[in-house]
Amino acid sequence: MIDLILTSRCTGCNACVIVCPTNVFEPRGGGPPAIARQDACQTCFMCELYCPADALYVGPDCEAPSPTDEATLLASGRLGQYRRDSGWDEWADDPRYANQHWRMDAIFARARAASARS
Amino acid sequence: MVVRLTSPDTAARGADGVTLAADVLVIGGGLAGGWAAIAAARAGASVILVEKGYFGASGVTATAGPGHWWVPPDPAGARSQAIAQRNARALGLGDPRWMERIIDLTWRTLPTLAPYYDFPTNEAGVTQFRGLRGPEYLRALRRLASDLGVRILDHHPALELVADPDGAVVGAKGLRRQAGGDWLVRAGGVVLATGGCAFRSRLLGAHNNTGDGLLMGAEAGAELSGMEFSSYYTVAPARTTMTRSMSYGFARYFDADGRRLEIAPGPDVTRALAAALLRGPVLCSLEDTPQDIRAVMPQVQPNFMLPFDRMGVDPYRDRFEITLTGEGTVRGVGGLRLADDDGGVGVPGLYAAGDTASREPVAGANSGGGAQNSAWALSTGAWAGEAAARFARRPTARRMSRGEGLGRVGLRPARRAGAVAPGEIEGAVKAEMLPYDKTVFRSGPRLARSLETLEEAWKASRDHLGDGAADRLRSREAAAMAAAARWCCTSALARNESRGMHQRTDAPASDPRLARRLRLRGVDRILVLPERTVGREEILP
Repeated sequence: MIDLILTSRCTGCNACVIVCPTNVFEPRGGGPPAIARQDACQTCFMCELYCPADALYVGPDCEAPSPTDEATLLASGRLGQYRRDSGWDEWADDPRYANQHWRMDAIFARARAASARS
Repeated sequence: MVVRLTSPDTAARGADGVTLAADVLVIGGGLAGGWAAIAAARAGASVILVEKGYFGASGVTATAGPGHWWVPPDPAGARSQAIAQRNARALGLGDPRWMERIIDLTWRTLPTLAPYYDFPTNEAGVTQFRGLRGPEYLRALRRLASDLGVRILDHHPALELVADPDGAVVGAKGLRRQAGGDWLVRAGGVVLATGGCAFRSRLLGAHNNTGDGLLMGAEAGAELSGMEFSSYYTVAPARTTMTRSMSYGFARYFDADGRRLEIAPGPDVTRALAAALLRGPVLCSLEDTPQDIRAVMPQVQPNFMLPFDRMGVDPYRDRFEITLTGEGTVRGVGGLRLADDDGGVGVPGLYAAGDTASREPVAGANSGGGAQNSAWALSTGAWAGEAAARFARRPTARRMSRGEGLGRVGLRPARRAGAVAPGEIEGAVKAEMLPYDKTVFRSGPRLARSLETLEEAWKASRDHLGDGAADRLRSREAAAMAAAARWCCTSALARNESRGMHQRTDAPASDPRLARRLRLRGVDRILVLPERTVGREEILP
């Protein structure tokens, strides 16, 4: 679930307030929004995808918070991972992150073939 | 590409809320609701789309990567072959005519999204339409709908339908949970596209999918069908929401002592895994995943690795604990019964689409998986939107009819209010609907016990849930989940056999006499009405 908004990165654009399907965030005039309803977070990572500043971190555990801090996250290289791998915004023209979802059919077929062999 | 966000509606603010009018009101901004709004607008209607969360990020499509049932018209015979294969899996409850309809409409409609979705090409340069990434798909639907003039109201959950004295649906009411106050939309036609009910199982993207549309539709007089086909489960790393199952085609499973479990990937994996999980923890390894697939996964499913990376787990090297997450009617089948080819539910002015509508005509007793389900959502959305637009603009339409709110349970308690909290009802429902021994391995006596418990939760909800001080959305969601649970169990008890995903330990075989759909009527008192026919074919007695 959502654990942290990095105050050093957040621009206060409130994109997360708008896109969060479960209304977790509360705007706070100009500054970073508050994580007002953490227990309503559905761990869908959509806020990270829509955060142009990569200022949000959603922990992997959907049942409990995974407390962390800004310094750890900034060093982790994980901030913005979802947005980058999705090829959004400034990554749109980078061929390394081109949408390859269409390979899904072939992957399913290879999984079926592998399981038939085993 | 820069993300453009539309601000929450600021046209009319006020503590008491707003009243708006449109030809068509679409309730729900997922795959089906998006296509419904687009189709209604293309038909010339004025359209308002209300969404509980955000149209673009809400729902089970936004977090997934739906493929569509994609069968070219050539060579001749390809479609009839695909339909025959699918109809065999529907186990007597499918309808080839509906399958043909959704294949055809999907084929013609999906490419119209091209100006808004960057359909990739494969190595041979052929444009790939069939599978889309969820967030980009929903973002494209939002932009197209917006360009067609659809008025999108995010964070506007619907609480109830509004009907005129003749029973025709003429609008809906709900909450403006960010702007404050209530909303009322008067509309000539209303499309329910609120998704299915996953009983708050932590299925990815499904927190808002509490069956609201099923309850609203039934309160207006619509029937349900196929609610026993609500026992689909998907594997996920334990304590995560990441129910993206493709990679588990390469999975090996182990018990807590490291012994290999002989569970081959395939259709029976759920029952085998559920049995193992009832015995103890189950670990998984994805070490058989080929290297080239590992390398490309972040660009195929960009969210798949997020929980692993953040847990410090390398799923291709480390064994990790897994769980099975219930999907309820989401990748199950049941929902409101469509009474005609246009997505009408048999109530004037009311239509249903996507997971809110029973998918039995195309899926029968088995889940349609991603492909049939997405084609169903697109097609029923498009038909419902178009039909609602036609209905709203018929010469005899009465504009701005007055109406009454139809919501009862969770909104207007029959007795002393406030004595039961939504969380209590939600907890009781989850305890009957999610455990493997109650839903994967059903039996008559267990279902009867579940129904008794659910009946008590329902009575408590009816009498006490939701008053002026309560969180009206949570109360209403709890009521909707309780209603859906009662329909699922009632139908599962009536289907005294095993068929497709509905498996009864006390009746493990299929009964040819039950090769028919089970319709349900009623909210408080539920009637089971076995259909006499499937599709257009008469069933022999």
